[in-house]
Amino acid sequence: MVDSRTLPEDRSEAGFGDYKPALGPAQALAEANRCLYCADAPCVQKCPTGIDIPEFIRKISTGNLKGSARTILDANIFGMSCARVCPVEVLCVGGCVYNEMDAPPIAIGRLQRYATDAALAADWRYFEAGPDSGRSVGLIGGGPASLAAAHELRRRGHACTIYDAGKWLGGLNTTGVAPYKLRADDALAEVAYVLGIGGIAVESGVQVGRDVTWDALLARHDALFIGVGLGADRTLDIPGKELGGIDGAVAFIEKFKLGRVDLAGVQRAIVVGGGNTAVDAVRELVGLGVPEVTMLYRGDEAAMSGYEHEWKAAKIEGVRSLWHTQPTAYVGRDGRVAGLRCVKLGADKRPLPGEGFEVPAELVLLAIGQARLGELVAGLGGVQLEGGRLLVDADGATGNPRVFAGGDCANGGKEVVNAVAEGKRAALAIDRALTTGASK
Amino acid sequence: MAFGTSVDLTSNTGGIVTPNPFWLASAPPANSGAQIMRAFDAGWGGAVWKTLGTPIQNVSSRFGALHFKGTRAIGFNNIELITDRPLEVNFREIAEVKKRYPKHGVIVSLMVETRDEWRDMIKRAIDAGADGLELNFGCPHGMCERGMGSAVGQEPALNEKITSWAVEFSTVPVLVKLTPNVDEINPHGLAAKRGGAHGVSLINTIKSLIGIDIDRFVPEPRVSGLSTNGGYCGAAVKPIAMHMIGSLARDPDFGLPISGIGGVANWRDAVEFILLGCSSVQVCTEVMLRGYRVVGDMIEGLTEYMRSHGFSTIEEMRGKAVPQFSEWGELDLNYETVAKIDPGKCIGCHACVVACHDGAHQCIHPAPKEAGTRVPVVDESECVGCNLCQIVCPVPDCITMAAVDNGFKPATWNEFVSEGKPLRPKKGAH
Ligand SMILES: Cc1cc2nc3c(=O)[nH]c(=O)nc-3n(C[C@H](O)[C@H](O)[C@H](O)COP(=O)(O)O)c2cc1C
Ligand code: SF4
Ligand code: SF4
Repeated sequence: MVDSRTLPEDRSEAGFGDYKPALGPAQALAEANRCLYCADAPCVQKCPTGIDIPEFIRKISTGNLKGSARTILDANIFGMSCARVCPVEVLCVGGCVYNEMDAPPIAIGRLQRYATDAALAADWRYFEAGPDSGRSVGLIGGGPASLAAAHELRRRGHACTIYDAGKWLGGLNTTGVAPYKLRADDALAEVAYVLGIGGIAVESGVQVGRDVTWDALLARHDALFIGVGLGADRTLDIPGKELGGIDGAVAFIEKFKLGRVDLAGVQRAIVVGGGNTAVDAVRELVGLGVPEVTMLYRGDEAAMSGYEHEWKAAKIEGVRSLWHTQPTAYVGRDGRVAGLRCVKLGADKRPLPGEGFEVPAELVLLAIGQARLGELVAGLGGVQLEGGRLLVDADGATGNPRVFAGGDCANGGKEVVNAVAEGKRAALAIDRALTTGASK
Repeated sequence: MAFGTSVDLTSNTGGIVTPNPFWLASAPPANSGAQIMRAFDAGWGGAVWKTLGTPIQNVSSRFGALHFKGTRAIGFNNIELITDRPLEVNFREIAEVKKRYPKHGVIVSLMVETRDEWRDMIKRAIDAGADGLELNFGCPHGMCERGMGSAVGQEPALNEKITSWAVEFSTVPVLVKLTPNVDEINPHGLAAKRGGAHGVSLINTIKSLIGIDIDRFVPEPRVSGLSTNGGYCGAAVKPIAMHMIGSLARDPDFGLPISGIGGVANWRDAVEFILLGCSSVQVCTEVMLRGYRVVGDMIEGLTEYMRSHGFSTIEEMRGKAVPQFSEWGELDLNYETVAKIDPGKCIGCHACVVACHDGAHQCIHPAPKEAGTRVPVVDESECVGCNLCQIVCPVPDCITMAAVDNGFKPATWNEFVSEGKPLRPKKGAH
């Protein structure tokens, strides 16, 4: 079920090129040789999974490519996708000491991709399942957090079952990452590589509450890990919301990553929001060939939460912006959206007096956040929510001693690398709990 | 299958057995017990303790380096002497390290003068738990002016005599550390052998002057207003070390185990040293520059190399390159190669063109203008196969040296002189 060959070949995402292309051997060697091999390196400190970056780069420069990928994957089994999707500008690369001497920082992400691409292509396998512990863990949600947790648990000999509501594993790596960073088939190939450790059962199409109860899961497993990510896109409750041509950004991205979207007749598109999903969406729409793409946000450039380097790139690609703007109604024509009625907001974020104005658009995507987990965890004793997130301690433990959580559902929506780090940390805590005797 | 499980890295150098062939050389990284224990934790299999003798007083500064085109310290130079720490402290720490790390190798380097001093120091080193001794006949500065170090290593009779004392007094294997500051290494290795040594280690540092402060007119490293000659080491000395190691390894009269030293900076260097006959390798400069952590990649890289080449022990691969290290007179003069440029890889820098024109045989030419390419053309009728172009080409595997069938049977210079075997016509000699 993680067979990437069953993805349609004519997916809309297939037309995108890599915005940071792969390094060739000569480039990788030259870049690796530039690394200063820092001690207590700041790049490592900025990596949520703590990859020993100077070490893996040194191994590239000595020609020990297999060892290089091992250093990466030992710390982060999703090293391949993280190499492509991490906002390295604000993580490892942002920490590179070359920045301090106004020299270009080391291209850590691209070097990491160089090593991990080689490992996945050659199917170099480094990790074996530990001796059977007789314990079992159920993991709810099949994204990077659960998969990283399961991989770590397998190294320690615990049996794992992943329950995922959808068809494909990999979470947002598969359905949500911008295709110029990572395509769905590559994400699925990585999932297959992670599952390659063996002993991870997968039950797809299973939704807790609908298909199985928490009690049943707790009866089946010694511990549970919840890594279900975030819910559906939030919508705008304004007149015209039933019109065609309106979609949630996350839902839309999933559609064109896994299949085809038809944008014939879309001359102008608006993305509402100012976060990273919004910035991805505008760049993707440009890449899909929409002639005029506008980001519409109630704040401004300084207030938006999307990464500055990504937004800069979007502007270079021709994306327009409407700041301090709020939609008040969709404008329709023949049952489809034809534009947005908007008002300008003042410094106090209240609408300024006046009529408002209309912005034409044949497609409107909403990137104004995703629904939090409401009733999902109801009935799971001891597990608490705070602001829609699952409340966990630094080890990913919830208030229920047998239930752990990590990834977006616990952190509110961060990067893949955070999900991996949290999944791994929770796995270590689960292992401690299981091996020191807490059981059903 | 897990990474590298079928390979055994255990190394045996003249009876000194260590879990892997990677040792710290006798130098600052092996100056104290606390350092050596950290090194063992990082993965080093053995350590040769910083040379013990009558503790000395050092100068500052004491190091210099050769930087080349932005790469720092491709060569390294020092004017430091042997240990400056009290002997009792050193011996106490040796005992502690051996107690905590019984499986690792602790080899104690010694440098003293009289027979009685050698007897005394050897007894104390062995009492402390030394797994082996290394006689420092190699230090090229300071100590030799006092009649020790390379003063001994340069005088085969003295080398043999002191070695025989050490062997007489020692109950553990004795390695003799040789100086490269000699014209031929073999007489010195053979002297150590006659003295009864269980093995040799080489090279120590090479006499050098690393640079001049061009504003102060003082050589480096500057000690107040003066400087002196030092010992050269680091990546740049590796070819010299390998030549000397290879000379001993292929000497049929020699045959002692070798611990190779000089410019080892990564697993590839170690592989080369072992293929050239070494049972272990020692590292100083790379650790001084980058720390004990470099051993991780060395172990992993060597393991993977052995696995991919089907070697399961160090002994199986040791010396595999020695038979192919021969003499000029045995090389096939009729073997002919020409340079071939891969047009798909060439980036058109013309580094090969200028090198061939000014430094070789004027046979790589820019393509004619009408060809519309910057890929140069090799005139194979003139190419002597010197491979200078291959060396300067910045693109990996872009220029290859292809063997040419010229119809001549192999013939060496020796065969030409003794049997008159026919040689191919010379190329490029007009
Ligand atoms: C600072 C420094 C101090 C050294 N001290 C000693 C010493 O006390 N005894 C000794 O036998 N060799 C000494 N050496 C030589 C090293 O052990 C080694 O033979 C040499 O540096 C070559 O190896 P390398 O290229 O890995 O540095 C010293 C070298 C350096 C750089
Ligand atoms: S390396 Fe350490 S001991 Fe040497 S000069 Fe610098 S600070 Fe001083
Ligand atoms: S040196 Fe190499 S890359 Fe440069 S022109 Fe010659 S063949 Fe081409």
